[in-house]
Amino acid sequence: MNADELQAFEDEIYAFVGQEVYPPTPAPDDVNMPMIRQWAEIMGDTNPAYLDADWAANSSRGRTIAPPAMMYAWGQEGFQVTKGRSPNAQSNLVALFNKHGYTGVLGTNVKQEYFKEVSPGDNVTIQMVIDNISERKTTSRGTGYFFETLSTFTDQHGDVIGTQRFKVLKFIPQEQPAAAASADGGLEVPTRIASVRGPDNGWWWDAVDEGKVLIQRCKSCQTLRHPPRPMCGECQSMEWDSIESTLKGEVLSYTCVRYPHVPGYPKDPICAVIKLAEGTNLVANVVGCEYEDVSIGMQVTGKVEQVDEKTTLPQFYPA
Amino acid sequence: MSEYKTRSPEDVSVGDKLDPVAIDITTGLVVCGALATRDFEPVHHDKAEAQATGLPDVFMNILTSQGLMTRFATDWSGPEAVVKSIDLQLGAPNVPGMVMTMSGEVTGVDSESGVVDIKVLGENNIWGMHMQGTVQLALPKEA
Repeated sequence: MNADELQAFEDEIYAFVGQEVYPPTPAPDDVNMPMIRQWAEIMGDTNPAYLDADWAANSSRGRTIAPPAMMYAWGQEGFQVTKGRSPNAQSNLVALFNKHGYTGVLGTNVKQEYFKEVSPGDNVTIQMVIDNISERKTTSRGTGYFFETLSTFTDQHGDVIGTQRFKVLKFIPQEQPAAAASADGGLEVPTRIASVRGPDNGWWWDAVDEGKVLIQRCKSCQTLRHPPRPMCGECQSMEWDSIESTLKGEVLSYTCVRYPHVPGYPKDPICAVIKLAEGTNLVANVVGCEYEDVSIGMQVTGKVEQVDEKTTLPQFYPA
Repeated sequence: MSEYKTRSPEDVSVGDKLDPVAIDITTGLVVCGALATRDFEPVHHDKAEAQATGLPDVFMNILTSQGLMTRFATDWSGPEAVVKSIDLQLGAPNVPGMVMTMSGEVTGVDSESGVVDIKVLGENNIWGMHMQGTVQLALPKEA
């Protein structure tokens, strides 16, 4: 898309701002007990304000109310949406985005505000407009635009009972790794990123899989080294063997990775450089204590442990 | 009516934590939650339609997530609390087989109006953050 085409496209999308998606439309049914009860059962919500007329009669409200989070439900189009929704400003805007390659869709934010509670017998009218469209943004999901709809809900007296703002990202999808569906379509539990094993370091990880942490040793001058590499930094010999670490050590430096939480990893993992008693350093997780309890110089003891279905790692505990 | 207690603003302090609640995400909850909120989008009840979008199975609709989060807040506050707002950032989908844990912490108490802000997080055990944001409740002044 050249600059003129982009300008023409943006003129077209921004013309949607302010357009009505739904003109004021009363819900087909009044707020009613059967729908409230069904909602409450499924949500596991036992709030007597919704369900218990006797309790509610003596409460400060004097009556049962509908769950506020049902506000949007009352006016929803019915089962016919499975055959496609009738065209409106929002679907026309979406179609325009799709035509220009912005086929990705992601609901990013939803905010409901409630101003007045409603009860069985009240009727909820919804009106929805396209409130705003952002400038072109580059996001982790791809380049696109955020658009926000504003729904306003009123009761039969014309009082505004609440509003909803819903923000959607329409974007040009980047190549994404296949979603985490296993062959049978079931859920695949994420695991840690697999170690990269090459000719120079594969032996070290293979030993970890067998429960041992090895330290490379120069055959010529006996100097220990880690991480594994082909040549001794002291005498340039390429002859080497290894010794097994006792996994006794101390914390040389440490940090806590708080953000982002990566699926497959524990939350707020403590990552440390451990100085092993043998003299070499090793990067590993400190576990079995809180971040606040870790300190530089702290004595630790390592264990080689299976941390998920596919991963075995040395981890260090307070000694 | 006395069996239901409602917290008053005097009972609540910034930093108070809500006891976490774990919700099993089942096909029943996803499908029936969509039904209870009259959300008939096929991706919430038809596995093949959901898989066509790249997900492994049907996934929870937003109105159910909002419902579960307001329930979490009012279970803590008691029934005389009035929900003022729920403001959520949306994250990874909730898909059957997952467990979503909701947690929360009081971040603001206005003793004048009785309005409390609760920072909430709904996180599933497979993909992490499903929703996070703020629920605002107005608590009754006298207990």
